[in-house]
Amino acid sequence: MFKGITASCRTLAGLAAVALAAPAHAQTPAPAAAPIKLGIVSFLSGPAASPFGIPGRNGAEIILEALNSGKAPAPFDKVGFGGAKLEAKYVDEAGSAANVVTDFRNLVQRDQVDAVVGYISSGNCLAVTPVAEELKALTVLYDCGTPRIFEEKARSYVFRVSPHATMDNVGAARYLLAKKKGVTSYSGINQNYAWGQDSWRDFVGAMKVLAPKAEADKVLFPKLFAGEYGAEVSTLLTSKSQALHSSFYDGDLESFIYQEQARGLDKRMTMILTTGEAAIWRLRDKMPDGTIIGGRGANGPLARDSEINKWFQKIFTDRYNIPPTYPAYQMAQSILGLKLAYEKAAKGGAKPSVDDIAAGFKGLEFEGPAGKVAMSLADGHQGVTETAYGTYRFNKTKKEPEIVDIMRFPAECVNPPPGIDADKWIADGMKGAKC
Amino acid sequence: MLTTAAILTDGLVYAAYLFIVAVGLTLIFGVMKILNVTHGSFYAFGAYGAATAIGIASNGEWPAALGFLFMLGFAMAIGLVMGIVLERGLLRLVYGKDEVVIVLVTYATFLILEDVIGLVWGTQSYAAYQPMVAAGNIEIGDLVLSNYDIILVGIAAAIAALAYWSLKYTRYGRLLTTVIYDRETAAAFGINVTLVYTVTFVIGAMLGALGGAVMAPKISVTLGIGVEVIVLAFAVVAIGGMGSIEGALIGALIVGICRAAAVHLVPQIELFVIYGVMALVLVARPYGLFVRAQPRKI
Repeated sequence: MFKGITASCRTLAGLAAVALAAPAHAQTPAPAAAPIKLGIVSFLSGPAASPFGIPGRNGAEIILEALNSGKAPAPFDKVGFGGAKLEAKYVDEAGSAANVVTDFRNLVQRDQVDAVVGYISSGNCLAVTPVAEELKALTVLYDCGTPRIFEEKARSYVFRVSPHATMDNVGAARYLLAKKKGVTSYSGINQNYAWGQDSWRDFVGAMKVLAPKAEADKVLFPKLFAGEYGAEVSTLLTSKSQALHSSFYDGDLESFIYQEQARGLDKRMTMILTTGEAAIWRLRDKMPDGTIIGGRGANGPLARDSEINKWFQKIFTDRYNIPPTYPAYQMAQSILGLKLAYEKAAKGGAKPSVDDIAAGFKGLEFEGPAGKVAMSLADGHQGVTETAYGTYRFNKTKKEPEIVDIMRFPAECVNPPPGIDADKWIADGMKGAKC
Repeated sequence: MLTTAAILTDGLVYAAYLFIVAVGLTLIFGVMKILNVTHGSFYAFGAYGAATAIGIASNGEWPAALGFLFMLGFAMAIGLVMGIVLERGLLRLVYGKDEVVIVLVTYATFLILEDVIGLVWGTQSYAAYQPMVAAGNIEIGDLVLSNYDIILVGIAAAIAALAYWSLKYTRYGRLLTTVIYDRETAAAFGINVTLVYTVTFVIGAMLGALGGAVMAPKISVTLGIGVEVIVLAFAVVAIGGMGSIEGALIGALIVGICRAAAVHLVPQIELFVIYGVMALVLVARPYGLFVRAQPRKI
């Protein structure tokens, strides 16, 4: 009996000890998950910094802060990536492609970042992609538009949430023809490198399909950052084209607008600026009314009025005193996509492997500030979204830029189906497009 | 006919731009034998200074002409200060060193000054379009010309005329010509070569800044604008002959007209044509059009 009582006492004492120890253990903070290091690459100097690089960088900064504080809306409300805080190393994209590749290697091999999110220049994206594959480094290209990234070769570790340039130019052609049915001649001025060449190729291809009788007249490819466009404006003034396509961006776009306005080119032909949205807050009343504006997807004023979009616009505008333009959207969407892929791959709180994250990224679908993203092209590595175009107007009463007469095009209307290269899809008459 | 007229006017405007940015570079090389990469910084600082000046003039609602003159004066004042500081504070320390060393010094300075621009003006772009808008345009048949471009041609012509007159008919111009011809002999005759160097460098810097100022209303003033300019200016100076002001003028006209013709007639070779012309000229005349082969001194 005594023995039994003693045993019971021991049991009770043991239970009491466990009971006392349990709260003590609960009060001890759980070991924090190791931070996740991200390399963020964007133009921080040079001509592309102001219109693209800095808004992109700021988009990263504000999203990473929101994620680290757990203040992003659902389904992005878990702190950092799966509870692990995020650390960013910002790297300037300026310099030769060789320098950009060296910086990429440094991020991966020396700084041992968990993923790289970056790159605006299509040339830099094309240079970095094979190196990312060689190093098995998870890389999310955030802004560059050339479709060739995934068309030249299948990729395992490179992703692009932002749609490629085909969508921009097919959308531009569809909008132009919807609003100006009598177009018989059009011209183009695009920068002489991958971005400009690919953009024009897709636009001309789409126009040949949608308006076979319309002819391309003046086709100009000035060098990147040329600055002076007097001869180009004269050439276009001698054309009878009713529309002018341009994928110009950064200082080139602004310089061209100043110079053409001084000579009234926009009074003679409607300009279609596939990246014009990035410039409207700086050009304001200098952007000609009636210009057709694209924003590389439904970004900025072209974005739908969703809760997550309103949230993103607010936190960005509150911090930087200017609304986010499409590079900021693309950066935000890229990081949010990476977060979801990471959390999909993470099991039991352990850090997932690069292969697991890549597997989680493939075919991912989510709603971001710019709408629904479906990683449906290039075996799940290339995202598509709907796109939108509109017509620019400077509201003199509010003294604010506006984009009116917005038309939306579903992703299936302006993107090739999975497994088909963009140029082949266009050349074959954009079969299967669902508008 | 329309195309020919357009090629000539466009070529003239582009040549004016090239001459204004190249004349300071060739002047400095002619006198000091320095291939001054920092010239791109003078251009960029001039453009940023012009944008600042135009901002002040616009906010103060100054008359357009006054704002334009203030813009030019402000930019040239920046060039003046930069020229004195760089020549006295840096370049005089490397005089006599190998030419390659001096080029590297000016290149390093150019890179540093790019960052200085970022520190002073930030990374955002600036607009200074007001003078171009105020100038308006003129229609000649189907061709619309910007009056600002006509002013640009006038400024280039005035600089060319002033440079010619100064070199031929002023005392300082003759001293300068002597130093260009032979620095050691000039020094032996009592010419203060050090002072000539300083004055020349400062004038070159002011011309570089003036180039940036007159272009600012036409472009988006943003980081990196000096890089493209320095490459083009080198091409023009190489065609005309390093150190020759008349060479810079002719080189600018050749490049301007050839480029305009290419844009109008064969736009695919627009990029090639500038350097193609340079290569052709250098094959025929390795020292450029207006420089005679120099005997080597022992």
